[in-house]
Amino acid sequence: MKTYALFPGCSLEKIAQSYMSSALETTSRVGITLKELEDWNCCGATAYFHVDELLAYTLSARNLAMAEKDGLDVVAPCAACFKNMYFTSKYLKADPDLAEHINYALEQDGLQFAGTSAVRHLLEVFAEDVDPQALQAAITNPLKGLRVVPYYGCQVVRPRKDHENVEQPQFFESLLTAIGATPVDFPEKTRCCGGSLVITSRQAALNLVRDLLQSAVDREAAVIATACPMCQVNLECYQQQVNQEFGTHLSVPVMYFTQIIGLAMGVTPKRLGIGLELVSTTPIAAFAEGLAESAK
Amino acid sequence: MASKPTFSEEISNLLYAAHGNPIQTCVQCGTCAGTCPVAPFMDQTPRRLIGLIQADMKAEVLASNTYWFCASCYHCTVRCPKGIDIAGLMYALKRYSMWKGTYREGLVGPVFSETFVKTILAGGRSYEPVLAPSYMFSFGLREFLQEAQTATGLMLKGRLPILPPRIKRLEGFKRVVDRVIPRGGAS
Repeated sequence: MKTYALFPGCSLEKIAQSYMSSALETTSRVGITLKELEDWNCCGATAYFHVDELLAYTLSARNLAMAEKDGLDVVAPCAACFKNMYFTSKYLKADPDLAEHINYALEQDGLQFAGTSAVRHLLEVFAEDVDPQALQAAITNPLKGLRVVPYYGCQVVRPRKDHENVEQPQFFESLLTAIGATPVDFPEKTRCCGGSLVITSRQAALNLVRDLLQSAVDREAAVIATACPMCQVNLECYQQQVNQEFGTHLSVPVMYFTQIIGLAMGVTPKRLGIGLELVSTTPIAAFAEGLAESAK
Repeated sequence: MASKPTFSEEISNLLYAAHGNPIQTCVQCGTCAGTCPVAPFMDQTPRRLIGLIQADMKAEVLASNTYWFCASCYHCTVRCPKGIDIAGLMYALKRYSMWKGTYREGLVGPVFSETFVKTILAGGRSYEPVLAPSYMFSFGLREFLQEAQTATGLMLKGRLPILPPRIKRLEGFKRVVDRVIPRGGAS
């Protein structure tokens, strides 16, 4: 049993609510409690760093300081929130002057950053922190034959944190194998989805999204698994715009990895937020249901 | 008489705060340009942009759209054989161009970033509907209709917020912000 402070981030409140519900459903089945960080504020996304770096670090430091107060490690399901919090913690610990300046500000909210809480991404939690036996025990419906793209995206694996393999990470594939699915060999697995360019440089972003979706089709993937709300929204919600823009007929389901794990745990699709997509994920839920039926 | 720093030194000092090696160590190998997924849409590749900075060609650098097209994917940063934090450099150039007000007209990025920051300072959290006007007006009719269609789809699925979220200790949050960046009467 381990309890983490959950930093949902702005996306998980609405646009990525299915990531939230599936994260809670699946972690609770492997002995992990996610306790939402009280009164958390936005991590600053990328926009804050465009304007002011110091303020961006301060925003993340406030959240980290609140997790420290509870004595909990932090888990962020969003890749951008994770990156911001991870590196804020790292830089503040390495630079006492910066930490002092930010702590002087945090004083105003009765908070202090000491750097005692570790920052984890939810994908790392499943791949590295969860007891493999507990995971195996919770998998009641292994997704045999389901071809899943392990789409890491950018900020789960980059920038480099230590000496880990940033070119060919394997932990997502291992996790998919552990739930009985077939990870698709996907050369673009760490290639960018465009992030906020979908708003600021639309044409560039739609091109990136099209290339990723087309590659998934070429490799006969049934579904793309993501570990970031930005990736999910770009690949899924903008799929129709890609089709309109390029005259393609793409229809690739894009799901949060926790939704796919949830199906392998036999959780009902509704509790995993399945059905809130603009590109239907019914075939994937039906596939999982079919497996469960034939196992009876 | 004190000498004025060159543009190259000025930018390098901005970057120095951003954890990588100075851009002067760049050997123009082009790994960044070959890696960057957005390079075909930039008017200067990352390699050329660094070359322009090294040559103190300030006007060309400030006229470039390159850094505002950077999606912060850090692929160049992890691959640079000289250990330059190129994505960090793009951030530094964004801040420089916003600070000096020199960014190219017609770019959505600076306006969007500014609106985003204001939204967070007002309520502590992000709220999509307030952000929309910062970019919707830059769209042509076709893009506008496509975007409206996507937004409607998300609305019908209950994936867009109706009311702006507010954190509870907003006053404390604002006092924290005021201590790092005094905002006068703005708060």
